[in-house]
Amino acid sequence: MPIIKVENLVKRFNGLTAVNDISFEVDKGTIFGFLGPNGAGKTTTINILCTLLSPTSGNASIAGHDCKTESSDVRRSIGIVFQDTTLDKDLTAYENLMFHSYLYNVKRSEMKERIHDVLHFIGMYERKNDLVKKFSGGMKRRLEVARGMLHRPGVLFLDEPTLGLDPQTRANLWEFIVELPQKHNVTVFMTTHYMEEAEVCDRIAIIDNGRLIAVDTPDDLKKTLGGDVIYIKSSDNKKARSEIEKMFGLEVSEKDGELFMTCSMGDSCIPEIIRSISDVQSVRLQRPTLNDVFLKMTGKDIREEEMSEGDVFKETIRSHRRRFG
Amino acid sequence: MVEANVIYVLVAREFKKFVRDKSRLISTLVRPLIWLFLVGGGMSRLVTPELGMSYMKFIFPGILGMTILFSSIFSSLSIIWDKEFGMMKEILVAPVSRFSVVIGKALSGTLISVIQTVIILMLFPFLGIKMGLLSICYAVAIAVLLSFCISSLGIIIATFYDSFESFSVIMNFIIMPMFFLSGAMYPVNKLPHVLQVITRINPLTYGVDALKHVLLGDSGIVDFPIVTDISVLAVSSLLFVAAAGFLFERKK
Ligand SMILES: Nc1ncnc2c1ncn2[C@@H]1O[C@H](COP(=O)(O)OP(=O)(O)OP(=O)(O)O)[C@@H](O)[C@H]1O
Ligand SMILES: [Mg+2]
Repeated sequence: MPIIKVENLVKRFNGLTAVNDISFEVDKGTIFGFLGPNGAGKTTTINILCTLLSPTSGNASIAGHDCKTESSDVRRSIGIVFQDTTLDKDLTAYENLMFHSYLYNVKRSEMKERIHDVLHFIGMYERKNDLVKKFSGGMKRRLEVARGMLHRPGVLFLDEPTLGLDPQTRANLWEFIVELPQKHNVTVFMTTHYMEEAEVCDRIAIIDNGRLIAVDTPDDLKKTLGGDVIYIKSSDNKKARSEIEKMFGLEVSEKDGELFMTCSMGDSCIPEIIRSISDVQSVRLQRPTLNDVFLKMTGKDIREEEMSEGDVFKETIRSHRRRFG
Repeated sequence: MVEANVIYVLVAREFKKFVRDKSRLISTLVRPLIWLFLVGGGMSRLVTPELGMSYMKFIFPGILGMTILFSSIFSSLSIIWDKEFGMMKEILVAPVSRFSVVIGKALSGTLISVIQTVIILMLFPFLGIKMGLLSICYAVAIAVLLSFCISSLGIIIATFYDSFESFSVIMNFIIMPMFFLSGAMYPVNKLPHVLQVITRINPLTYGVDALKHVLLGDSGIVDFPIVTDISVLAVSSLLFVAAAGFLFERKK
């Protein structure tokens, strides 16, 4: 059952079309990934869905509520972790969560327990009374996810949740993001431009230049590439090559002393190939990645960027903000 | 439409940060003291005969007005920080009415401004001013009203800016003129006519005038009847807070 519905959504910023006629649906209880390079229109789409921007045209709804006309109902049913941190660094972790509970009118009697629960969930209970400015990037991100979950939303938006984090921290954060749908009965809508991260999604939408290029499961997207690539090295490549071509009808090429071929079911192909040719020295299988998919569909690579200069600048400014007061 | 939980938590947040940030507290208290004792003390000898009282005593209500002006406006301008550093998104994406946010912010500014004003107000015995408990209560009430008015004005200003780059513009073209054209440092009627007109559209003028009524008595240097002062402040507070609510509601 779809919980998010988007129909022919368009958003223009005086002349620039950031979101160009996109439509898709997200099923309840799934993880949906929005994949695209910088400036593709991911954040703009999220901002429309969470009622911070109104679309130029088209419709969007969450849990049956229209994002344009029923914004309070939409706001009540979503939690969101923005691309740039929105924690108050001069408050403690606990105070940030308290602030959020009041904003969402969480029952006074449940507040404490819920805050303690989410703090345990992200493993930061011991740090609850520390100021947020003392936290690492990963801790802040976890705290933001916890905050987004505090009022038990039906849909959780995560805009680049792992941007600027080291690989170890990214992995940890992912471990608990993938648990969210089962443990907390929430639908996760996330954006990323890290390809590996998109693999864990149930479904992926690929967006480029404001246009939706494909929406499918990661596996089906990869299947469009025609299958896995098998690399084989034998003592007599020439002989092996002609044998494989004759027996399996595959097109085989040679590169750097290795034979390679594309085959739809790589894992079951390999044993047969090995059996039929003599003297195999090495075999490896390369599965297509989402990056290959993206490459094929858009003709370009998704760039991976660390924290932009602008963000670093803001962080610096922020710590000096008191000078003005 | 106005949610108590939202107002409470916005005020509580601002108050916590205020209490925690000692340097901000000290710097906002030092500014009026510098003006009172260094500027006021220095000028005292020059202008005393005309006023019929010490210059320091004369500017004391103005210094309270200055304390209110600066702390209320700065509190409201924290909205610009909240916008620039994202906290405002967390607030705006929550299921709360924009008007509650405006009221919450205006009351945060009011609370912090009144706390600072009361601290400065307690210097009155050193300036040869006599005040009973009742006058103190009147002075605090005026401070509350003026702080709310200026905080709401600050919110209006804040809705026009998304980053603090324009801070010096706000400082030089709004805050400083408001201060000097309010009768805080010299009687309004000593100004050239054009500037006198400006003082009349400056809400701070009426706040300072009301404080002069309460602190200095009717020693002939007030510009308006106190009823006028209070009415102007009350009406402009309502106008400002309504305008702030309207401006806040706009969506891109
Ligand atoms: N408020 C705005 N005014 C004008 N242009 C905007 C605004 N917000 C976004 N844009 C433009 O819309 C386009 C899409 O931006 P968006 O932030 O949605 O990209 P994104 O996919 O989230 O990129 P990133 O991976 O860098 O976060 C960009 O070209 C951007 O410059
Ligand atoms: Mg983005």
